[in-house]
Amino acid sequence: MDVSQPITAADGTPLKKKLAQAMFRSKLRATGLVVPLLAFVLASFVFPILALMWQGIHNDTFARLMPNLTEELRVWDGVSDPTEEMYALLVADLRQNRADKTIGKVASRVNQELAGTRSLFTSTARKAKKLEPPFKEALIKTKKKWGDIKVWQAMKLTNQSLTPGFYATSLDARYTVDQGFVMKEEKRQIYTKLFVRTLMISGSVMLLCLLLGYPVAYLLATLPLKYSNLLMIMVLLPFWTSLLVRTTAWIAILQSQGVVNDLLVWIGITGDESRFSLIYNMTGTIIAMTHILLPFMILPLYSVMKTIPPSYMRAARSLGATPTAAFIKVYMPQTVPGIGAGGLLVFILAIGYYITPALVGGQDGQLISNMIAYHMQKSLNWSLAAALGGLLLLGVLVLYWAYDRIIGIDNMKLG
Amino acid sequence: MLDGSDPFVRFKNVQKSYDGETLVVKNLNLEIEAGEFVTMLGPSGSGKTTCLMMLAGFETATHGEIELGGKPINNIPPHKRGIGMVFQNYALFPHMTVAENLTFPLKVRNMSAGDIQDKVNRALDMVQMRAFADRKPAQLSGGQQQRIALARALVFEPELVLMDEPLGALDKQLREHMQYEIKHIHENLGVTVVYVTHDQSEALTMSNRIAVFDDGVIQQLDAPVALYEKPENSFVAQFIGENNTLSGKVDSLTKGVAAVTLDSGDKVKALAVNTDAKGSRTSLSIRPERCIVSQKKTAGLSALKGRIEELIYLGDHIRCRMTVAGNNEFIVKVPNTADQLGLEIGAESYVSWQTDDCRALDFKES
Repeated sequence: MDVSQPITAADGTPLKKKLAQAMFRSKLRATGLVVPLLAFVLASFVFPILALMWQGIHNDTFARLMPNLTEELRVWDGVSDPTEEMYALLVADLRQNRADKTIGKVASRVNQELAGTRSLFTSTARKAKKLEPPFKEALIKTKKKWGDIKVWQAMKLTNQSLTPGFYATSLDARYTVDQGFVMKEEKRQIYTKLFVRTLMISGSVMLLCLLLGYPVAYLLATLPLKYSNLLMIMVLLPFWTSLLVRTTAWIAILQSQGVVNDLLVWIGITGDESRFSLIYNMTGTIIAMTHILLPFMILPLYSVMKTIPPSYMRAARSLGATPTAAFIKVYMPQTVPGIGAGGLLVFILAIGYYITPALVGGQDGQLISNMIAYHMQKSLNWSLAAALGGLLLLGVLVLYWAYDRIIGIDNMKLG
Repeated sequence: MLDGSDPFVRFKNVQKSYDGETLVVKNLNLEIEAGEFVTMLGPSGSGKTTCLMMLAGFETATHGEIELGGKPINNIPPHKRGIGMVFQNYALFPHMTVAENLTFPLKVRNMSAGDIQDKVNRALDMVQMRAFADRKPAQLSGGQQQRIALARALVFEPELVLMDEPLGALDKQLREHMQYEIKHIHENLGVTVVYVTHDQSEALTMSNRIAVFDDGVIQQLDAPVALYEKPENSFVAQFIGENNTLSGKVDSLTKGVAAVTLDSGDKVKALAVNTDAKGSRTSLSIRPERCIVSQKKTAGLSALKGRIEELIYLGDHIRCRMTVAGNNEFIVKVPNTADQLGLEIGAESYVSWQTDDCRALDFKES
């Protein structure tokens, strides 16, 4: 056959083109079926996430609400003393914001950068109307702080709409005008510690789930049908119960006057005064999360184990391997896709877990997601929440990539 | 290990029940000599695989004793029995290469690396698969996997190899080829083989002896020739090869020959193999190739009148379906000889046979 010549259909058109024409209608129909879901996902999932991610590096509150000062701040070198003109523009902007009732937003934004400046802005804005030139002296007379270069540096930083500042904060660093990135002092570092703790708790939960889930999955896959069905219902039962109910049940069980402690005291393992604190700490978080995430480990394991015929174990034993050796050398390697899938699933779910640690975690059982929720709901620093969330997402992607490199995503079996 | 008087493998009054209500294997007695190739043949559910699994140690006998080399092995776990086994789906470990699969039984026996390499190479050469040592089982065809499974079961030089329908998944041509290959390996190595299959031609090709199983009982244990030529009961006659059955009642028994009145009223003589005394019902078994179709009665042969219903030309012979004594499924294989008989559909002719070829067996509703 002549390879150089493209193959043509009977009517002379190139075969590839003809095939594309023939497939067009079916492709169109297939696309039509997907469009509603695609639109829904784009509008309600992809777009909001991208918007929030954007907030993590972009916040124009200051530049938008302080239109007069913004240009001057941009050109200011950040080291020399602010000029009289800058003070004048500041007063103009403060007056405007006072009239528009937007001064609170500006104050909060600068306060995120330099703590303790909120009242400086709100109170000065109240008096801004009565101030007269020269504004530099007038302002410093009202509030001494206006003479502090740090306040101006903070304003210059917040004036910069596209900023790495929130990501720096998420990693316990500070982005400064003159020195670039600076790590915060040890005792003020909270986020990196929280990230490390989140990874540690997720890892422990994953390992515990594997240890507890593997035998159950093995039983599920090998028991006769009538027993395995019953066991399967028991595995799935937690799925059908509300997350809140399950979590609060753990509170009842684990609290210091709860079932477990009562039992331990009754048996005599511990005294009445020295009851174990099993909840409102890391222990509580790990116990409750392990219980809740266990099915996510068992189901992928089970689906892999079910496809392993018993003849492999029999073959291994007929070849002279003891039951233990046969299990470790022949059975377990074949369950690796299930271990990988279950592990990855549990780990990824765990690092984003929120309700359970919030309810049973106490102080040292909090995860990074609880901090994200705090910044979303309490401190209203959405940009910082977005940056923290962005880092979490990055972590998951790195994990996913590592998994693909080590085990291979094709090897993953979820069911 | 063997003192000469004991058989290599012995099932002694073995019974097996899974549910405590029915017996899957009923009082099995079977003795296998060293170096023999014994096939357990039977329809599915006849208990043959259960017997094999009891021998391998994956099922425990409910009653009775199984001996290997003169020693009872009922309480020895499978991995200490030293029996090689080939499974129906090959059971090659998918996460190991071919070479690793073969190394496995040697490693668990703590052999030295040099010995292992030697033995693996020899086993691979035996099945002509040396070039595939580094492949994964999934990269091999069914026939190649089959060879590797065979090599793996033999690599640690067991004295007994069990095979559980190992050729079931192969296509016909490959299956026949592998039958010869297994037969030759058996002859060369001199190992004892117990083979399970439901394919009678497979059993006839390879075995020294065949145990025909039905309903948890060995119906007949014999060499392939005897099994085909001299079936001892109706089940074996019908299960092995093609067979014509005529039912009737024994009139008299003299010197091993039964005079039988067929249900159609015709009277014939048959070799009394498995019949009770006068008056009992019996099934007569005649092989299609032992019948002669002729226009006239032939002297010295039993003959019945029949009508030709169907003729199928099969090259080397013509398959002729007739109605004989009320049985319209009576098959005669007419050799394709030079003097054509002029068979015609609808023609009346005589079907005759030697009395010795017509065996009176236990009665079985057909």
